[in-house]
Order: sequence, then C-alpha cells, then structure tokens
Amino acid sequence: MAKKSKVIEREEVVVRFSGDSGDGMQLTGSLFSFSSAVYGNDISTFPDFPAEIRAPQGTIGGVSGFQVHFGHSEVYTPGDKADVLVAMNPAALKANLEWLKPGATIVIDVDSFDDKNLAKAGYKSNDPIEEDNLGSYNIIKAPITTLTKESLKSMELDNKTILRSKNMYALGLVFWLFNRPLKDTEKIIRDKFSKNERVAEANIRVLEAGYNYGVIIQAGTPSYHISPADVKPGVYRNLNGNRAIAWGFLLAAEKSGLELFLGSYPITPATEILQELSARKDLGVKVFQAEDEIAGISTAIGASFAGNLGITSTSGPGLALKSEALGLAVMAELPLVVVDVQRGGPSTGLPTKTEQADLLQALYGRNGESPLVVMAASSPVNCFDYAFYAAKVAIEHMTPVILLSDGFLANGTQPWRIPENDEFPDIIPPFVEKPAQEWNVYERDPEKLNRYWALPGTPGYQHRIGGLEKDFLTGAVSYDHHNHDKMVRIRQQKIDRIADFIPPLEIHGDEDAELLIVGWGGTFGHLYTALEEIQKDGKKAALAHFSYISPLPKNSYEVLKRYSKVVVCELNLGQFAGYLRSKFPDITFDQYNKVEGLPFTVAELKNYFEKILEK
Amino acid sequence: MADNKKLAFLDYKSDQNVRWCPGCGNHAILNALQKTLAELELPKEKVAVISGIGCSSRLPYYMDTYGFHTIHGRASVIASGVKVANPRLSVWQITGDGDALAIGGNHFIHAIRRNVDINVILFNNQIYGLTKGQYSPTSKRGFISKTSPYGTIEYPFRPGELTIGARGYFFARTIDKEIKLSVEVMKAAARHEGTSIVEVLQNCVIYNDNTHQEITDKRFKDDRTIILEHGKPMVFGKDRNMGLVLDGTKLRVVTIGEGGITEKDILVHDAHSEDPTIHLKLADMEYPDFPVALGVIRDAEAPVYDQCAAEQIEEIRNKSKIKTFHDLVTSGEVWEVK
Ligand code: SF4
Repeated sequence: MAKKSKVIEREEVVVRFSGDSGDGMQLTGSLFSFSSAVYGNDISTFPDFPAEIRAPQGTIGGVSGFQVHFGHSEVYTPGDKADVLVAMNPAALKANLEWLKPGATIVIDVDSFDDKNLAKAGYKSNDPIEEDNLGSYNIIKAPITTLTKESLKSMELDNKTILRSKNMYALGLVFWLFNRPLKDTEKIIRDKFSKNERVAEANIRVLEAGYNYGVIIQAGTPSYHISPADVKPGVYRNLNGNRAIAWGFLLAAEKSGLELFLGSYPITPATEILQELSARKDLGVKVFQAEDEIAGISTAIGASFAGNLGITSTSGPGLALKSEALGLAVMAELPLVVVDVQRGGPSTGLPTKTEQADLLQALYGRNGESPLVVMAASSPVNCFDYAFYAAKVAIEHMTPVILLSDGFLANGTQPWRIPENDEFPDIIPPFVEKPAQEWNVYERDPEKLNRYWALPGTPGYQHRIGGLEKDFLTGAVSYDHHNHDKMVRIRQQKIDRIADFIPPLEIHGDEDAELLIVGWGGTFGHLYTALEEIQKDGKKAALAHFSYISPLPKNSYEVLKRYSKVVVCELNLGQFAGYLRSKFPDITFDQYNKVEGLPFTVAELKNYFEKILEK
Repeated sequence: MADNKKLAFLDYKSDQNVRWCPGCGNHAILNALQKTLAELELPKEKVAVISGIGCSSRLPYYMDTYGFHTIHGRASVIASGVKVANPRLSVWQITGDGDALAIGGNHFIHAIRRNVDINVILFNNQIYGLTKGQYSPTSKRGFISKTSPYGTIEYPFRPGELTIGARGYFFARTIDKEIKLSVEVMKAAARHEGTSIVEVLQNCVIYNDNTHQEITDKRFKDDRTIILEHGKPMVFGKDRNMGLVLDGTKLRVVTIGEGGITEKDILVHDAHSEDPTIHLKLADMEYPDFPVALGVIRDAEAPVYDQCAAEQIEEIRNKSKIKTFHDLVTSGEVWEVK
C-alpha cells in the first residue's frame, strides 16, 4: 500500500461526483457508496440529476451529480457540503462551487477543460481556478481522458466504449484518496457486465489505472481515513426510498396472505415503485400500468373490492387526479394505500426536486368530510417500514391510507439491515366471520369501528357497495339526514381511533430543554443532525418528528405542551404548522420554512435554532 | 351454491325496490341480464356487477350478486381491477353513453384495447337522464336539449365504431324491449373471452322519449333493422326479401329477386373474422340508408389481458430463483456486519 504524504483521520466525509449526464456519475457514486458501506462506514447518498433526459452536453443544466456522505458514526443526511468534488468538466465545477467546504479537494479532468467546454460552462477565461478564486482548494488536475485512452490502448475498443469508462478512472483515484481496496467494486463490475466481459475488463483496467495514478502523484495530496462505524450486526444492503416502499408492500402482502395489486401510471419521482413491482412477478405481484392516474387508483380500488391488497403510487399532480376515487374508497371503506412521492409544485413544478407541500392536499384534498390516514416516511430505509405499516393500517382498519414520501427519500440511499422475519407483525384482514344471514354490510368492529370484509366469490355474502351514502347498518343507499350525520361522524371516529394502535410520539434530545424542534417526513435526517450539533455545542434542545399525521399520536399535545419554544420546520410555507395550530390552538408554533426544491442544510437549521435559543 | 337447485331469474333480484321511472327501458335490460345469468347458470356469488354513475348505473343495487356502484366514468377500470384481482369472477360493467363515452371515454377505449374479460352493457339513450336532460356524446347532430337549445354542433360517437377502432373483438347491439334478443347477445358476450361491448338502444321516457323509435317501433322494426347471426345470410325485412351485398368496398341494400339478385348473392355474416373491415361497416349502418344492425356483429378471438397476466406470473414464478420475500432481499449486493 502506498504511503500517503498526509493521512487525515476524519469522523465523516462528503464526496460529490459530478459530470455530464452521460458521464456515468450515478454509477460511479453508487459503486463508491457500496464499497464504503461494505467497508463498514455508515452512509447516506443523494443523486441530483437534471430534469431533462438529455440536457445539452457540457452545460450547467446538464450536470448530473451524486453525493455520498459516509462516517465513522451514524450519518443521517447526504451532507450539506462536499469535502471532495470530482468534476468531469468545467460545468460540473461551476455548478458545485456553492456546495464545497472551504479547502475541499477537487479532482478535475483537465482534458475536458478546453475553450469550448469552458465557454459552455460560462467561464470567461481559460483559467477557472483563477477566475473562481479556488487558490485555497486542493486541486488534483488529472488528464483523465488521455490516461483512460492510454490504459485501454492495447484492447482495441471503440472510442465510445473508451470514453464511457473514464468515470472508472475518477473512481479509482477517489478509492486511492480514501485508502480503499478495489476488490469488492471489481466484483460488482464483473457481475454488472457479465454479458460483456471485455467491457468489464476495460472498466477494471481503468479503475486500477486511476488508483495507480493516485499512488504516483501522492506527494502533497492529503488522503483521508474514516474508520468503520459501530453498526448493529446483521446482513445489509443499500436501499433507496422508492425501492424500500415497493419492498415494504411485498412484506405486507406476505404477512397478510393477500395478493398484491398495484395500479399505477408513471410519474417522476415515483416511477421506480411501479418499475420495481413490475419486476416482481416472481412474487406474484399484479401490476396494472393504467392509462392515467385515475385508472391507476380505480383499478386498485377494484382489486381491493375483490380481495387483493390494492396499492397505487404517484406524485402530487397524480394525487390531485386521484382525489375523487379516494373519496370512493373512504365511502366504500376498503383498504387502499396511495403513495405520494412529493415533488416541487404547484402544477408540473419541479419534477425532480423535493418538497413537502402536498400535506394539505393529502389531508383535505377531497369533496365532503373525507377522513383518511396520512403517514409519512422519514428516511430512505424507513420507507420500508412505513409502507408495511401503511398497508397494515389500511387492511386492519378498512380505510384508504396516504403514505407521503418525497423526492429526497425516493432517490437517497442508506444501508438497510435486512429484518428478521419476526421483526414485523402479522397483518390480519377483518374478514366477515358471522354467518351470512346474521351479517350486515356496514356493521362495525366495536373497538376499531371498521366494517368487515366479504370477498366476491364467497357464497351467501353477496352485497352491494358504492359511493352513495350508506345506511348505518345495512349499507343500503340512504338519503336520511340523521343517518348521514351519523355516518360522517363514524367515518371520522374510525380514523381517530387508529391513534390507539400507533406508536406514541418520540422525543429525541433533552426532555428538559426550552426548544422543541418539530418536523415530519423526509426532513428527519437534517433536523436530527442539527439537533446533535447544537447539543455538541452544549445547548439543550429536543426533536419531535411526526410520521403519523392523521391521526396524530395520542401523546402529541402532551409533548408539544411541555416546551416553551416550539418550531415547526418543513419544506413548504407552513402546512404542518397550520395543521397543528388547528388541533392545538393554545400552543404557539414558530416556523422555519424553505421551498427551494432542496432539502434543508444542517448549517441553516443549526443557525436558526441558535438564534431562537438566544432570544 | 349451498343447495343445488337451478336458479331462476328471480333469484338474481335483490331486496331493493327498483327506482327507475316507470316505462324506462332500463327495467327490461335488468330483466334480460337476470335471465342471462339464470340461463348461464352462473352462481350468484361468482358475479360482480360494476357500474359508474347515471340512471343505468343504479343497476347493481337491484341484483343479488356482488355489486359496486362507483364513480362517474370509472366503471371499466374498477371492473378491470376486479377481474385481474380475481379472474374466477364473471364481471359485468353497467354503463351509459355519458358514463362510458364522455367522462369515461379514455377508460372505455383502453379496457377494449387491453381486452380484459369483462362484459360491458352500454345503455345508449343518447341523453343525460340523471342530470335531467342534457345532450350526450351519442346525441345526434343538431339534437335539441337543455344544453343545446339551438341544436348540437357536434357529431356523436358511434359505439361500435369506437369499439372496433380501439381494437375491440366483441361488439353486439340490441334494443331494450327485445328481451329475447338481449338475452342472446348477453349470453354471447359472457361466453366471449375478452372485453365484450353490448350496446343497448335504450329509451329514456322522460328526457328523450322515442329517440330510437324510428327503428325500434314494432310497425317498421323488421324493415329498418337486421339481426345478424354468424354463418347466416344477411337477410332482413318483414317479408325477408331484403339483404346486404358488398358492392366494391361498400355495403348495399338489395331486394332479393330484383335486378337478378338471388339469395346466393347475399353476404353471409362471419362474426368470427379477425379482420374487422366488414364488422365496422355493419356497425356503422344507419337508418334510413341502411337497416341498423342488431345481434352479435363481431366476436373474434384475441389474447385476454387477465389470462395473460396470470400466465406471465405463473411462468416467471416457475423460472425465478426468488420464491419468497426473504429470497429477494438477500439476493444481489449484500454484506454482513458481525
Ligand atoms: S330519467 Fe330516463 S333513463 Fe333515467 S330512469 Fe327515468 S326514464 Fe330511465
């Protein structure tokens, strides 16, 4: 192993791979995260790709990035700013300057820094280092394109294949920078290109060449060492939020004994859920790619009526289209899960960016009094848990559930410990048990208030349901005004009672603090890290993060009431804060909001909390 | 069924009072459907009747089967979900011209394109009845209604043409009061595997009375309609002396015995032909130029969505190494922390 001139021991490091959308930065980033995770670091990653599939080459709009945060202890976010940036062209350098820590290491492919590319990126001179004032950064200028060609000279490959593998050169160099062995990555490359051995060979050769380049230029370049994290024993894999959601439903189907049916229509950033479940025919999943969003949810409702676990996945604009059908599911009291992977809105908005502005739509976006369950996942990997529990609540309480995720959770990855079979409970569908003659279609479980499920095909239990108001007991159409009032109330009570079956709100941090930070959904990692940081500075604070929003956990009021300063942080203009005010009018809620299509940064949160504490 | 006695059509009636207007064509269609199920000896619990919104869509409430009265325009997708979720059910969609062809038009054509095995009974009264009389997508051009006081300026859809245009493999037409014919075509629809569209010319006594009168009236029905039967010559008329021939690429009405036309010249109906060219022409025939075609116009074979979906799952299940959730999550790039 080469000796480094300077090895810096670090708790955590953030690396950002950035290049043109054709440069393979997503693959490079995921290979690096995998090797870090296998090495034993905790990781959190986030890709950042342009909204256009093929944005003009070399421009800032076409820059595609992948950020990896890895550390010796647990990491909860992909990191605000990078310690190391790999910039495959001038646009990638320019686009990321804002996201670099002072004194960061920057690896650039000098071959791509020609006049044409510099101009496309908006540089006026031919010296971006000077122009952007990068003197204080540690810059590794590597002729990556030339050296990639050089190392593949003997292989007689076409030019396109050669240029495609230059990302491996950069990756090799970064591996050297972090003293990482190459063998795990080499194995994955061989698996990935198992159908084309020459391409696999070329990629590995270039990877090694990149690493060796590091060994040669080592003088003067500091490298980092991050020792493995102390993580719970078990079998792990990297998982992003979308896949985690798909898998959570698979487990729910297995644990409930129901067949899984997904009716869905492609929409960014939720499409991967549809794709992942489409591939799961081996587990018997029925996927219906519908002609539109309405058909997506409607087929799922039909499937639930027939006795499957009906699911639909979408993003905000799709949820808007599904609202009438959601009302039908409320009325028919059938299990259904709607996943909304939120993106920037309104309208088409920012399809590839993250936001939390669909909360009120999820809570109230239907005609009539139309209560349902709203839940929100809070990390890429706990999307798995919440998908499972969304299905459990939907089935056991016979209600539609909206599960909120967002663009940040959907694409972010973390290591996921594969759960043991008994870590998740069974799901028990409330099938009718009474003899048919004694059963009424809308009679309810005395505790949960759900009606019972009689599946088409079962002799004697023929019945009719629908969107018209139902008689309280028989389920026959009823226009009686007293009955309607009773039904409106009982549908609400059914949802309220779910509070008895969900976990209480947890408090992180200091019970006796003045300041309570409140969040929900995908912002957990940033809020929690900001909390840790202010605690490290010797200040007291606590965090209450909501995953169950309708109904709220039973102890919500009691927790919120305990703190003198409560600040609700969310990526919208204050929707959850407003909701809490409507529920708890005697509590004063401060709020911190950002709507840039980006996650919070830990730094901005910390800064804001410190200000509040000084007040 | 608990007891093995044969079901009569009355057994398919629910305990709900039928609430359509007296004289409405829907009553007869309901009877025809109940008779169809009885004749097919379909156990009540195996039948799911799914409807959208509109007068016709109240029908599921009157059936002692499984039923779902859903939302406007979405019956075909809800029915598709039911059928794919449980292919053992006999799934019937009840819909009207507004429900299927206006607000539900997109779902209608896509259900047909996919060829999900559902039987669609399309009540065509050329009006919005439940909202009290606005023109619909099948109202004739120039039709006067509450929302077209000066006559419509739109052409209507022709359900048969739309069905065939969406690659439909089954299309039949009947008249509400012709219960016997309705039972025949509904039975054919049930037997056909794939999406079957049965257009029923239905009379709305309140808002569009007699809209089909010029062809359905007993006095001239025989001369103005033709009942198509597979394998039989296309002969019609009170005196059974009129017929259809193919003249170049066009259909033409002829009189047998006139101009040298004999029975042999008359087209023979091939409902099973894959090629829909003639079916389309037959479906589009309109009075007064032509008799309106009734009976099964098209009944051809094609792969059925729900069957293919089940087969694909079966095939992949047998091939894949992944048999359980655990197999899935432990396959691929995993590592162990001790
Ligand atoms: S309004 Fe017309 S279609 Fe509706 S029930 Fe009355 S007669 Fe029948």
